[in-house]
Amino acid sequence: MLRTERLCAHYGLLQALFDVDFGVAPGETVALIGANGAGKSTLLRSIAGAVPAHRDTIKLDGMAIGGDPERRQLGRGIALVPEGRRLFPSLTVQENLLLAERNGRPGPWTVRRLFKELPVVESLRKRPATALSGGQQQLVAICRALATNPSYLLCDEISLGLSPIAVDEVYALLAKVRLEGIALVLVEQNVRRALSESTRYYCLLKGHVALEGMSNQADSAKVTQAYFGV
Amino acid sequence: MHSLIETLINGLMLGALYAIFGLGLSLSLGVMRMINIAHGDLIVLGAYITSIAMAWSGFSALASLVFVLPTMFCIGVLLQWLLLNRVVGRDPLSSLLLTFGLSIVLQNLLLEFFTADTRSLPAGNIALAGIDLDGVSIGVLPLISTVAGLLLFAATHWFIAHSHFGRQVRAVSDDPATARLVGINERSFFPLMTGCVLAAIALASVLYAIRTPFSPSAGPERLLYSFEAVVLGGLGSVWGTFVGGLVIGVAQVFGARVSSGLGPFFGHLVFLIVLIARPQGLFGRVPR
Repeated sequence: MLRTERLCAHYGLLQALFDVDFGVAPGETVALIGANGAGKSTLLRSIAGAVPAHRDTIKLDGMAIGGDPERRQLGRGIALVPEGRRLFPSLTVQENLLLAERNGRPGPWTVRRLFKELPVVESLRKRPATALSGGQQQLVAICRALATNPSYLLCDEISLGLSPIAVDEVYALLAKVRLEGIALVLVEQNVRRALSESTRYYCLLKGHVALEGMSNQADSAKVTQAYFGV
Repeated sequence: MHSLIETLINGLMLGALYAIFGLGLSLSLGVMRMINIAHGDLIVLGAYITSIAMAWSGFSALASLVFVLPTMFCIGVLLQWLLLNRVVGRDPLSSLLLTFGLSIVLQNLLLEFFTADTRSLPAGNIALAGIDLDGVSIGVLPLISTVAGLLLFAATHWFIAHSHFGRQVRAVSDDPATARLVGINERSFFPLMTGCVLAAIALASVLYAIRTPFSPSAGPERLLYSFEAVVLGGLGSVWGTFVGGLVIGVAQVFGARVSSGLGPFFGHLVFLIVLIARPQGLFGRVPR
């Protein structure tokens, strides 16, 4: 169980998260929705170690792990697919994946297996990572995080800027990931999609949790209210 | 005609040394995004350490590299680990100020310990040895410099292109924040890198000190030549730095042929002309 307890996060003087309680159980898929600037990315980045956090505000199976650097969190099985894919342009697709495999945990998701599961990605392996379409880049970015063999995969803005077909491809890959028992946290612009792909959801508003619940019982009027804060 | 070819070859060989100086600067600039103002003074430090090692062991300049390379490697590791890592990844001004201060400290320490007298490293018989190729004579020592330069660049290129270390280096230089997300801890491999950089410039420094006298205040001049090699070749291009070094070397030697004091001036002149024609450097990519 990965959870945050009264998590606060700051960028300089600006406070982005206020006492956020959030949790995701092993194998569960949780959607994180909210308007731009609500703090969704900040929440994921705090958990992944890219934004400073107090020790006791993030717990993995009861152990306080807040504020540790990315490398430590990766070693505990927490991987982030960053917003905007952020593949390394000087590296080929294969090199992007090899780098992650070597620095991550040993496990079932090897580069070889990823190529086998995704022939599209294998056919692109010699290409520089930026000479791909947005959808292909997103697949590679997820593969890069998978190659570190996470137990918790945090996906930021997973479908932003992708064509509908590419979005379906991305979710097809995530479905496979889910079958392996990896917990997913999805930040998704498309609220309907987010709710249909997840078991539980959290809606953030201006750095606070405005609403949470089971995705299949989400009341759209309440979600809209929590989303826009009106 | 023969003397022209000789001048050209001499220039290329001098340029190979500038290229190695530039390589170190290029790596710290490209990967750590840090301008090391003390680069030139570290080059001079390498020469002084060699002169101590020679006096202490009785070895020749080249043989004393056995001591000098590991020493400089260790200095590099410690320097990065204890000092430079504190400013890496911050705004460019912090690293500029820190290394500028380091440069002043180094120059004054050298002055304190070794006085302001210029020295040069005695090379012994090898300095005079030469090969005669159809009337064109080539010194053995410059030849060693060139081969060392070529090997070093080839090794660096291979390492960056094909090793795990090189992939980490490229990832950090592309996007440090995302590099951390895939588990790269740049603070742990930067010291190793600076160690290698200092070992490389120590090699060039010894070869350079055999042909050019040095003093505690010679650092800034070395820094300038290194910068010219890097910028002329184009930032971010390893072989560009090599060609940049060669161009500066050839220009200086031809300049010195015109009038013995004009060497560096011609180097600067060619540098400026190329930059006017190609502001991104010979092999530099136009920034996106």
